[in-house]
Amino acid sequence: MRARLLTAAGAALALLLTGCGGADGGGDGRIRLRFQSLAWQKESVDANRELVKEWNAAHPDVQVEYVQGSWDSVHDQLLTSFEGGEAPDIIHDASDDLADFAYGGSLADLRELLPERLKNDIPQQSWLTTTFGEGIYGVPFLQEPRVLIANKKILEASGVRVPTAERPWSWEEFRQITAELTRQMGDGKYGVAWPLKEPVSVTLNLGLSAGGRLFHRGDDGKVTVDFTDGDAVVARTIHDQINTDRSAARSTLGMGGSDTLPGFFGGKYAMVPLGFSYRQQIVQQAPEGFEWTVLPAPAGPGGPAQGVSPQTLSVAEDSAHKKEAAQFIDFMLQPANMVRLAQGDWMLPTGTQALRDPALHTQKDGWATGAELAAHLRPAPAQSVRGYPEWKDKVATPAYQEFYSGAIDVQELEKRLVEDGNLVLARYQR
Amino acid sequence: MAALGTGRSARAGQYVALLCYVVFLAFPFLWLISTAFKPARELASLHPTWIPENATLDNFRQAFDEQPLLQAAGNSLVAALAAALIAVVIATPMAYVMARNRNRLTAASTGWVVVSQAFPFVLVIIPLFLILKNLHLINTLFGLVMVYVVWSLPFALWMLVGYVRAVPLELEEAAAVDGAGRLRTLISVTAPLLAPGIVATALFAFITAWNEFFFALVLLKTPEKQTLPVVLTHFLGAEGVADLGPLAAAAFLATLPSLVVFAVIQKRITGGMLAGAVKS
Repeated sequence: MRARLLTAAGAALALLLTGCGGADGGGDGRIRLRFQSLAWQKESVDANRELVKEWNAAHPDVQVEYVQGSWDSVHDQLLTSFEGGEAPDIIHDASDDLADFAYGGSLADLRELLPERLKNDIPQQSWLTTTFGEGIYGVPFLQEPRVLIANKKILEASGVRVPTAERPWSWEEFRQITAELTRQMGDGKYGVAWPLKEPVSVTLNLGLSAGGRLFHRGDDGKVTVDFTDGDAVVARTIHDQINTDRSAARSTLGMGGSDTLPGFFGGKYAMVPLGFSYRQQIVQQAPEGFEWTVLPAPAGPGGPAQGVSPQTLSVAEDSAHKKEAAQFIDFMLQPANMVRLAQGDWMLPTGTQALRDPALHTQKDGWATGAELAAHLRPAPAQSVRGYPEWKDKVATPAYQEFYSGAIDVQELEKRLVEDGNLVLARYQR
Repeated sequence: MAALGTGRSARAGQYVALLCYVVFLAFPFLWLISTAFKPARELASLHPTWIPENATLDNFRQAFDEQPLLQAAGNSLVAALAAALIAVVIATPMAYVMARNRNRLTAASTGWVVVSQAFPFVLVIIPLFLILKNLHLINTLFGLVMVYVVWSLPFALWMLVGYVRAVPLELEEAAAVDGAGRLRTLISVTAPLLAPGIVATALFAFITAWNEFFFALVLLKTPEKQTLPVVLTHFLGAEGVADLGPLAAAAFLATLPSLVVFAVIQKRITGGMLAGAVKS
């Protein structure tokens, strides 16, 4: 009996495993491309899948397979795929993840592959985010500014000036207003809640408005860290709101954006600086009758400029069908399709034609505010800096976290970012 | 009398400590269940409650609508069961040899087994990927199972060596006196006594494979081959943003098989099978 059971189990296992072997299809003369998408919200996945279906219907000889990837693990997964020569033909990623892949020869240079229409449709400042050395290694197609999501009732009741894209708050004015809101709201409530789980990208990207760059490329092409007065503006504002004015909640220092929403909905915070796409979560989760509005982030002498790392579509260098892969990208990023993708992800398209679409200029859900900011978006300061991930993890994140919590002063912050930071960057630029 | 009182209070203290530990262990799982049944608006409440005020199955519906959970669970189940079975079949005789024949070679082997546990995934993934690619086993569950077996084998071996050593040698000597050969002794005497250990080891291998993410992520390319941990990440966006309700629902369903397996075979793991086997 036992022997029979074992035999049956063995046979079942053999059947299961032999049935699990897989191989790429083909053999019918058709070109097959794999498109790895990182879309994850339902509307976004649907938009991507529909576009793939439309392409496949119109191009029977070039069939695209939709492969679902994940933002959470895309870097490691791509790294291994590139090393093993098994990367997808078309790769969805973000521009700040491309530098090492581009310099490492894993991505195709798209300059000769993309049509003029697409090249001309996307502004130069967006192309800069995917330009490494001489080549272009991805097509930037979606981006999101950081905005202030505000509790409309609290804001209107306070009597403070409501900022617009043409006339945003200055950083100083923002600090005064959050202090005023905190005073009016009473104990245990705050004018603003900064979700600073990832303090580096927030500080650097918003810092552009005050003239902060932090990374400076010399004539020899090498990048060094230098902490100027402009770099201190945003960092000091946040630090003082938390530690001096008590107008920003200390408890949100370690939170991600989503974690601050319950407090925001509960009237504990008047404003939360978040990425533009967080509006989707707010629409989904806000309590019945909760009124909210989208405000531009504060601006400095540089205007409302801020750094972004757009989402990108790239082609693998190892792809046997680069031309067809680029044609598929061109199809995906036709203006009407770009609008669909932008709406699906609650982001802004980089394409100028798509950005003019009336659907992206409605007051509802703050689309218009975001669209007006699009012209001021610049490549994130760390965009093409080799060694940035290590600098961020080992030097900048702990330094900013300690600074914002009040454990170190601005001099110590500068010392760490510059001295320790340059040691890290130097190793990547020998 | 005083001693009795002291004994009772000590026992009460033990129960309290045990209760605290159980609550500590159960909290994340209970919160996961609670989250899985909450509508989106309750998830963002400033005053979260244990019991959902408006319990809903929407998160489960959405999870199944958006991701191929059943297919992924099937893949995970096949990979985990196969890995557990193969690992145990290979590890049992190896463990027996290592436990019963103590010499420099087996000592070195045991040392190597322990050291091999220290290798991080990222160190081996690229060579492993290239080997599997050359064997045309990328994007196959067979290739993934091979990796899981290799990965869980050292620890399985280490566990089983301990179990084999716990079986009194006198029992095998008695079987030999009765005329049983080495193989017969192993099958008829040692293996039944090892059963709880084998089950525990298989369980370890199953759960390791069931929960494994990184190898599955890298080695499986097409959606129809992906395992449950990989599919779960599809509910995560950039910068740690998550579709919390459906993610909790899917994660809750993903924990069920492990719980069921534990519930079914936990009695087999309990000791006591050797009680009375040897007079001492």
